[in-house]
Amino acid sequence: MADTAVGATTEPEHGSDPSRRDFIHIAAIAAAAGGAATLVWPFIDQMNPSADTRALASTEFDLTKVAEGQQVTIKWRGKPLFVRNRTKAEIAKAVADDNVAMKDPATDASRVKPGKSQWLIVGGNCTHLGCVPTFGGGEYGGWFCPCHGSVYDTSGRIRKGPAPTNLVVPEYAFLTDTKVKIG
Amino acid sequence: MSGHSTYQPKTGFERWLDARLPIVRLGYDSFVDYPTPRNLNYWWTFGGILSLCLASQLITGIILVMHYTPSAAGAFASVEHIMRDVNYGWLIRYMHANGASMFFIAVYIHMLRGLYYGSYKAPREVLWLLGCVIYLLMMATAFMGYVLPWGQMSFHGAVVITNLFGALPLVGESITTWLWGGFAVDNPTLNRFFSLHYLLPFMIAGVVILHIWALHVVGQNNPTGVEPKSKADTVPFTPYATVKDGFAMSVFLILFAFFVFYMPNALGHADNYIEANPLVTPSHIVPEWYFLPFYAILRAVPDKLMGVLAMFGAIACLFALPWLDTSKVRSMRYRPTAKIYFVFFLVACCILGVCGAKLPDDPVIPHLTTFQLMGSDLNSFVWLSRVASLYYFAFFLVVLPVLGLVEKTLPVPDSIASPALSADANKG
Amino acid sequence: MLRKLSVIAAAAGLLVAGAAGPALASGGAQHAKDIQWSFEGPFGKFDQAQLQRGFKVYREVCSACHSMKMVAFRNLGDKGGPFYNEKYPNSNDNPWVKAIAKDYEVNDIDGETGDAIKRPATSADYFPSPFANEAAARASNGGALPPDMSLLAKARSAGPDYIYSLLTGYATPPKGLTVPTGGHYNPYFPGDLTSAWHGDHNAVPKGGFIAMAPPLKADLVTFDDGTKSTLDQQAKDVSAFLMWAAEPKLEERKQTGFAVLIYLVLLSGLLYASYKAVWRNESH
Repeated sequence: MADTAVGATTEPEHGSDPSRRDFIHIAAIAAAAGGAATLVWPFIDQMNPSADTRALASTEFDLTKVAEGQQVTIKWRGKPLFVRNRTKAEIAKAVADDNVAMKDPATDASRVKPGKSQWLIVGGNCTHLGCVPTFGGGEYGGWFCPCHGSVYDTSGRIRKGPAPTNLVVPEYAFLTDTKVKIG
Repeated sequence: MSGHSTYQPKTGFERWLDARLPIVRLGYDSFVDYPTPRNLNYWWTFGGILSLCLASQLITGIILVMHYTPSAAGAFASVEHIMRDVNYGWLIRYMHANGASMFFIAVYIHMLRGLYYGSYKAPREVLWLLGCVIYLLMMATAFMGYVLPWGQMSFHGAVVITNLFGALPLVGESITTWLWGGFAVDNPTLNRFFSLHYLLPFMIAGVVILHIWALHVVGQNNPTGVEPKSKADTVPFTPYATVKDGFAMSVFLILFAFFVFYMPNALGHADNYIEANPLVTPSHIVPEWYFLPFYAILRAVPDKLMGVLAMFGAIACLFALPWLDTSKVRSMRYRPTAKIYFVFFLVACCILGVCGAKLPDDPVIPHLTTFQLMGSDLNSFVWLSRVASLYYFAFFLVVLPVLGLVEKTLPVPDSIASPALSADANKG
Repeated sequence: MLRKLSVIAAAAGLLVAGAAGPALASGGAQHAKDIQWSFEGPFGKFDQAQLQRGFKVYREVCSACHSMKMVAFRNLGDKGGPFYNEKYPNSNDNPWVKAIAKDYEVNDIDGETGDAIKRPATSADYFPSPFANEAAARASNGGALPPDMSLLAKARSAGPDYIYSLLTGYATPPKGLTVPTGGHYNPYFPGDLTSAWHGDHNAVPKGGFIAMAPPLKADLVTFDDGTKSTLDQQAKDVSAFLMWAAEPKLEERKQTGFAVLIYLVLLSGLLYASYKAVWRNESH
């Protein structure tokens, strides 16, 4: 077939209003685009956590299982969580360093519940790249991460190494003196 | 028709890209400037609608796979997880399930359009054959997809269809065991169907590209069956065909939305909401509606192997169509006798579809018993299937070859532009 | 013109074939009664009070034998559910949901000893099954398996109409019908009674034998909102509850559908106008 660029019969008719004609095309395309954009949201939102995952967002924990000076690791939201029953010495060491210069300054009191400072609940992932630190290493008496050498103190605050922030304190509340609800 | 490209790259970037990978030129030549017959009616919008269906199924399918568990133990529960817990999961699942039905509604209309207007005739034989290949791939994809929810119909439908291969002499049983991956339909079968169900739609997409390529080499058919002869006969694809396709897609989406939001389970089976149980057969195993005509043909033949051959033969007729029809006139608009046979063909297909859903020995006219022939009462759905199947094959193998040689046709217009510009434009 | 005729001819052919009776097993069950449900139709909604009554019927009568393992306690507090309250958009915090969950015990493993234990359920748990597995269920029910209720309303073609009809449809077996031990005649239960029927062979009664004895009777469950607890009311309420259990997203689906259809009709209108404008001066 020979070239068929826009042929003679497709010129706009004399006397019709081009701006009126163009408006309807713009309106139609805009409406179609708007509909397509609205349709995109469910396809994106479906990748967000589903209802059953969100339901497992909180857990309850019985503190009588943790003796003084001991820590228990539980799985919460798919990740480790340290529940530590701190000794008086550990608490004192943490409070003593409250005003020392550190990367992510925080007082020890801000990281525990009032009247329950022996209970420290922190996320068990190093804030650098997510490895699980071990307790008892490093010069601050707290946690040491073997992957890249981050050192945390007895309040879980970052004191040395590449991690940018303190170990995360999750949202939690005491239901009774011996039971906490986390998340 | 392929001809000179009139694409002029405007910006520096366009020129740079055009010299390295002329993809914008290809898009412009194929979908903007492409000369399209000016007299295409709405039956020609179903190609675009089918592309929309394919895109929809691909996107919703890929999302569903993010949440689906392809194991016999977990499949059914994972589908319910999608319906209940995944954000908008119910919407995506219903879009995918009803989208399959919409895909087949559109493809049947598209094929019937081809049949009526002679779009399969020279030089469009390869175009038609590629379409038949797409149709086959669609049927395989839909069959395997239906197995994935692992409901009662999923499971027992898979049992029935895979058992068909057992009809083949000598190799039948080995093939069936090979398909199953075991001694019955079970977890291995589900897993391989899942893999292939994910693969085949991309093969469909590939064949669709070949289909559009073949179309653009020979150009579209049109309702008169007369090839475009001059510029007066065509309009550029954009905006003329684009906007018409867009409108048709929007109307089609209304039908789609109606099913998804108000009748999402109307085209399915209640039994598929029961988890698969190999020990309990549903009282009434029925395939999805788009397979019903072939199911009726299968059951019309008393012998298992012959039934399988008849069913595949019905599809083979489609492949042979370009060489079966002897008519020199392309469009049935100008073939009044052929039109009547075509209408009967349509009715026969609908009857076969209805028969596929019924029990073979149920009476067509209730409470009427006539005489027995070949083990079944004449007033039964199996006999109705036989009559309709006979017509189906006769249409392809007798009517179309013979009619082309003996029929009286109406005068065919000289060109597209002449009937369109005349006052009493023929709309048939 | 002939196109129109051919479409009409095809439709007529379809109607003739389709009107030739539904596909029943020979004999077959009676068609379910047609009930007007609050959730029917394009603007249907669940009646929350009805769902609460229906849940009470499930809990006090049905759950003795029927599991509902795909429904979690938190679903009771979801939008459209029996205990949804606007103050608790997160159903896990809903106090009614938590109270109901605590009354149930679910299986778990003790974290320290590794023993199998039972603990009170939380809103995240699913309704526990009355039997440990299928074999246990069959053993306690004369070999019959009480079906799970999570999807029952969608797993029967007439859905809640069928459930209601079955529950209210138990009838005295007609003379000439031999009822097997452990079976109960119900005209709405699918089955073929030809072999058990000794009467006129052109008048085989409809229905079948169901292993479940009539489970409901008047005043069996006291409704907290004071509704008269007739058998009919209990059957209606539990059927509505089971429809919710099978399709908790029903309301959301219909509401979204309304908005989508309005949009699509408007879009079609705009596209049609655009199409007409594009083709204004072209012969078609």
